[in-house]
Amino acid sequence: MAITPLSVEDIFDRLKRGKRWDFPGGVHPAEHKTLSNQSEIARVKLADKLYIPLKQHIGVEGELQVSVGQKVLKGQPLTHSAHPFAVPVHASTSGTVVDIAPQVAAHPSGLSELSVVIEPDGIDQWIDLKPLSNYQEMDKAQVVEAICDAGISGLGGAGFPSHIKAQPGKNVEFLVINGVECEPYITSDDRLMREHAWQIRQGIDVLVHLLAPRHVIIAVEDNKPEALDALSVACRDASNYLVCDVATKYPAGGEKQLVQVLTGREVPGQGLPIDVGVIMYNVGTCFAIADAIFSGKPLVERVVTLTGGALNKPHNVWAPLGTPVEHLLSVAEYQPGKQASPRVIMGGPMMGFTVTDARVPVVKITNCLLVPSVDEVRNDNAEQPCIRCSACADACPASLLPQQLYWHSKAAELDKAQDYNLFDCIECGACAYVCPSEIPLVQYYRQAKADIRNQRDEKDKAERAKRRFEARKARLEAEQQAREEKHRKAAEARKQAMQNKDTDKSARVSDAIARAKAKKQQTENVTEPVAETQPKNAAVAAAIARAKAKRAAQTDAEKKPEATVQPSPAHNHESDNDDAESAAQRKQRQIAAAVARAKAKKQQGQDVNKTTPAQHKSDEAGNNEQQSEQDIQRQAESKQQRIAAAVARAKAKKANRQQAQNTSDSDDVTEEKNSQS
Amino acid sequence: MDVLSAPLAIGLLALAFGAILGFAAVRFKVQADPLVNQIDDILPQTQCGQCGYPGCRPYAQAIADGDEINKCPPGGEATIKKLADLMGVEPKPLDAAHGEEDVKKVAFIREDECIGCTKCIQACPVDAILGAAKHMHTVMADECTGCDLCVEPCPVDCIDMVPVTTTTASWRWRLQDHLQQIPVKQVS
Repeated sequence: MAITPLSVEDIFDRLKRGKRWDFPGGVHPAEHKTLSNQSEIARVKLADKLYIPLKQHIGVEGELQVSVGQKVLKGQPLTHSAHPFAVPVHASTSGTVVDIAPQVAAHPSGLSELSVVIEPDGIDQWIDLKPLSNYQEMDKAQVVEAICDAGISGLGGAGFPSHIKAQPGKNVEFLVINGVECEPYITSDDRLMREHAWQIRQGIDVLVHLLAPRHVIIAVEDNKPEALDALSVACRDASNYLVCDVATKYPAGGEKQLVQVLTGREVPGQGLPIDVGVIMYNVGTCFAIADAIFSGKPLVERVVTLTGGALNKPHNVWAPLGTPVEHLLSVAEYQPGKQASPRVIMGGPMMGFTVTDARVPVVKITNCLLVPSVDEVRNDNAEQPCIRCSACADACPASLLPQQLYWHSKAAELDKAQDYNLFDCIECGACAYVCPSEIPLVQYYRQAKADIRNQRDEKDKAERAKRRFEARKARLEAEQQAREEKHRKAAEARKQAMQNKDTDKSARVSDAIARAKAKKQQTENVTEPVAETQPKNAAVAAAIARAKAKRAAQTDAEKKPEATVQPSPAHNHESDNDDAESAAQRKQRQIAAAVARAKAKKQQGQDVNKTTPAQHKSDEAGNNEQQSEQDIQRQAESKQQRIAAAVARAKAKKANRQQAQNTSDSDDVTEEKNSQS
Repeated sequence: MDVLSAPLAIGLLALAFGAILGFAAVRFKVQADPLVNQIDDILPQTQCGQCGYPGCRPYAQAIADGDEINKCPPGGEATIKKLADLMGVEPKPLDAAHGEEDVKKVAFIREDECIGCTKCIQACPVDAILGAAKHMHTVMADECTGCDLCVEPCPVDCIDMVPVTTTTASWRWRLQDHLQQIPVKQVS
């Protein structure tokens, strides 16, 4: 490693002169590549059903765009989302959507993920393709969008959405095209480079247009001379494209390792290659980008290596995404007899995982299906105690201390494992490969990482719950305060009303006095207007009382034809009328009025619980005619009836509920509602 | 005079440094995270009240005031261990009087049976239930802490506590033994 940082040009010159850097550690496992790289990539017959998981990349899944029973065409998007980390998936062939349900996923856990099941119709008919062959004249954002819409995520293994890397927002010094393919057995990129070097070159051109890097380095491991030749020919005319051979060593194809080999720069622990001015794409991704831009085809198939001793015909195939593993195995003539127990590894032997179900589909990151024969795999349960030989530390390409990580992971001391930079582990498996005790080290690291992630998620969730709890508490307190404020105001209003009532009372008293006086005066045949001396309030009240009395008298016994009752109590002509009447008549009428009043009062008393205060008030004011009073009575009666009915219902329900406590029913709510109202 | 100068000098220095230290103690005082907050951070924040306190923070306060540390079933042994570390006491087994440790669960409302009575909404300590009177309610599973408090008030018993399902994202890489290994072998 250089002590002074080299300039971009220096690095490029160095590479041109055939010099490379190195990364620490690494191993040289048996390659087994010739097993599958001798024949051309074959087309396979469509499977009976394709299982297309909605999420095949790092990020979020989109929303479903299809429904069960719908006909879809090849390349039709099945999901859509505006989320920047969402990449759509497409129908890999034309046919019918027969199911949308969780299906076993291409994941070591064997858990299910939501998938679209398509039954091919055999026509394999494309949707209308919209190529962007004049991409150089188009807006970059449009080209990036086209890449995203084509559903392209990194085909090298991680599945990072390609369109996000295509807008780095930083200066790109090197665009590295990764054709290293360092893992044993896998030859899908090798065959792709040999057969489709020109299309890969076209994809690189698109990326160069988007990223405008200073230099383009196409890195291929030196165990693939044919691929190197093909790419050299394809890139001959481009002066800033450099096809670079890289010494064969596992894991030279790891992103950080390859950056180190080519530029001597080390990608920071939790950082990305762009932090040191590098962006890396896999050759398969470049091929897919060229497909998307020049022919408008979304990513619906990929090259998959079918290899291993238990296959009669190991070779590479173009597998439509969603093809079940069992179908591909039959294509490659699987020999179950060569395995102790059926076992298929998705991915390579170092980083892959054993599939749990024969129906597991090929997804965007599936580069290989390895079906090893008995003598190719380790014995089961061969784990021995660690002997502290430190061979793992020598092999670690990330300069970690695998032993320490192992101890702490095994003891679930997650903090300490993190102190030893557990998250810088790329899970390449070199340590487990060299371990003489055959300890599945990476397995321990994966468990520890998953535990740490889960703990982190739980912590976040607890934090959120706390915030929500506190927010709720604050809300309840505010509501409580508001209620108290309301009660206080209501109490004040009541107090006010009480005071008013008191004055009413005194008014009534004075009114009574006045009436008594008036009576006295009447008996003495003295006609004097009394009302003027009374306060207005009392006068009004007296007038109301008199008007009522008059009305009652009129209905009871029609003695005075001239006693046309004025509905408005404001008018006070009583004293005039009084003049014309004899004292005896008056007395009789007053008695009748009193009887009527008493009757009315009795009736009111019965209704008093039901009538609202407003109604009381209006009664007191005497604004209502008999008609409206009757209306109110009727209303009150009907309300009373309703309430009685509701109470009866509620009681019945209660009885019901007591009878069968477990099965309470919706009537409780009505009951509750009634009691509330 | 010589005899006095030494203690005098030392005394003056002591005074000066004392003054500086005293000033620094006030001026640069670091507000330590109060114990209650630290305890509250350890508690699982389900707000379930199984400890007998209305929420996690009141229990944190109670622990800080000397209450037992083994009253939190949702937190389980892990929480008790952390609390014991923090408080400097011996970890104890979970007090069975407050419940037993269980798998993580979330509430689920059988929606066609819900009558929209809002009782569960009022019971939920973290406002994780959506709905309105006479309208169907539903639980936001992401926000549910699995505290059980909504189950009891439901008049029609339409709330189930279902265990949280493992997804491929939350899966913990517990493989069967024979699947654990890096398969390749040096074949010579």
